[in-house]
Amino acid sequence: MVENRPWLTFLSHAVLILGVVVVAFPLYVTFVASTLTFDQVMQVPMTLFPGDHLLENYSQVLSAGSHKGSKAAVSAMLFNSMVMALAIPVGKISISVIASFAIVYFRFPLRNFFFWMIFVTLMLPVEVRIMPTFKVISDLGMLNSYAGLTVPLIASATATFLFRQFFMTVPDELAEAARVDGAGPMRFFWDVLLPLSKTTMAALFVIQFIYGWNQYLWPLLITTDESMYTTVIGIKRMIVGSDAANEWNLIMATAILAMLPPAAVVVLMQKWFVKGLVETEK
Amino acid sequence: MAAVSLRDVRKSYTADLQVIHGVSMEIADGEFVVILGPSGCGKSTLLRMVAGLETVSAGEIAIGGRVVNRLEPKDRDIAMVFQNYALYPHMSVYENMSYGLRIKGLPKPEIDARVQRAAGILELKNFLDRKPRALSGGQRQRVAMGRAIVREPQVFLFDEPLSNLDAKLRVQMRGELQSLHRRLGITSLYVTHDQVEAMTLAQRMIVMNGGRAEQIGAPLEVYARPATVFVAGFIGSPPMNLLPRGERILGLRPEHLEPCAAAEAKLMIEVDLVEPLGGDTLVYGHETGEGAAEGRARVAVRLPAHAPAGNGRLPLRYGPAQEHWFDAASGKRIER
Repeated sequence: MVENRPWLTFLSHAVLILGVVVVAFPLYVTFVASTLTFDQVMQVPMTLFPGDHLLENYSQVLSAGSHKGSKAAVSAMLFNSMVMALAIPVGKISISVIASFAIVYFRFPLRNFFFWMIFVTLMLPVEVRIMPTFKVISDLGMLNSYAGLTVPLIASATATFLFRQFFMTVPDELAEAARVDGAGPMRFFWDVLLPLSKTTMAALFVIQFIYGWNQYLWPLLITTDESMYTTVIGIKRMIVGSDAANEWNLIMATAILAMLPPAAVVVLMQKWFVKGLVETEK
Repeated sequence: MAAVSLRDVRKSYTADLQVIHGVSMEIADGEFVVILGPSGCGKSTLLRMVAGLETVSAGEIAIGGRVVNRLEPKDRDIAMVFQNYALYPHMSVYENMSYGLRIKGLPKPEIDARVQRAAGILELKNFLDRKPRALSGGQRQRVAMGRAIVREPQVFLFDEPLSNLDAKLRVQMRGELQSLHRRLGITSLYVTHDQVEAMTLAQRMIVMNGGRAEQIGAPLEVYARPATVFVAGFIGSPPMNLLPRGERILGLRPEHLEPCAAAEAKLMIEVDLVEPLGGDTLVYGHETGEGAAEGRARVAVRLPAHAPAGNGRLPLRYGPAQEHWFDAASGKRIER
């Protein structure tokens, strides 16, 4: 289609650029704030040019947290967040891929019932079942542990559903060909289905990594020990009271650190992510 | 290699829903048998029962004298070629062909020898490292065949293997299948709805309709002496003309009709449509005149390329030996 309407081109670009500015400006301010000293941050209005305290602020939070709020080192928090953000997608993907395999490829009594039971849990977000979940985890003595942070978030109806839909698009003949070739069910699963699901898994991994990394409410509830804080909780714990009491330069440095890994995952896995959502290799 | 016996094989999904109503046939060792029928006639189901992908509700299937009703597909010593090829998309051609052998646990050199031999036969040697997605339809079809060949099975099962190919390639692959069978001499069961495939490939064929075997026989025999009205109306392109004559049905092949003077006409048609095909001309019309009171049956005539055929009436004659008679009620052939 040939379109030659300069004003429309100008207008649409203007809208898009405006959108970028609206999204990017707060991020820029965050970055600038993280390079300033405490006094510079507290000036009104705050300067919009990066200062020279970048290394100082980042090494401060990475090794010893803030001066006034939480003194837990952000490096440990980043590690905790990383454990959580890796364990959740890995656990979710492995459990749901097996569950969907069972639901799609085996005929057993109440198969659909079980599928719908899994599906129904989609209607109950974490927040709704948070009290009973907390009770269970605390009774199991899993407060302040990696297991407590990850296990309750691993069960996933979304992922099960996604894999089910994907498996249903795999032609039946493939399973039959594998049977004729002498591959048992698990062999077929391992040799054929899993390699075919690679892109779906990659897409799920990206989504679930960010989901795990950004968890706030759940870690807030079950971590009371500083050594188990995740980065997102760390930010919260650095905010101690009135505006003037907070070291915004350090908090902003932590915020930037908290934003980097999910951004990196998205950037690095973008190709796979898009592939997993739009195309299937069959 | 082995003979295959079907003994009153039946398939029902529920008590009321029976899809195969008892098919019996002895397939000789090395024979190429085609199962032909319209869609939904149960031909694929029958093949899948031989493969072990569907259970047998009643009757017996024996391969090489061994009843296989309750055996897994892998234990039946068969190989199957699927309509959509069913190649493993993430495996190379080599891996696709060797997968079954690797599961069997054959030694590596043996696997390699078999794959190379099959690849040689099918001219796939240059493609062994490619993924199926990088192959054309005909090449994929050959890989599917290669996967069957390397198993060195007792029986080949083909489920409409050529129907995803374009017309030209289909003719070519048909020829290749034929020479392959001549070379390997493996008993083959081949399902298709394409009668040209059936006529050219089969040593014997089963014509199926509604879960029943209407006729079993050599292609030309089936063509020359169709056992039922269904077979008469299914085989041939265009198929046999079926003209109601009271209690009976008169069947006439389009090529057995020839134009003549009105005085000696045994059949008079009103031409509706003329299709010149180059080699010959097809004329479609409907029966007219006094013999045609009932139904005004459609008639197709195959005429030489430059036969004068326009609109209007066309008088036709045929030899008495060319008549086929069927009982209108049962549809069975009446022998004279």
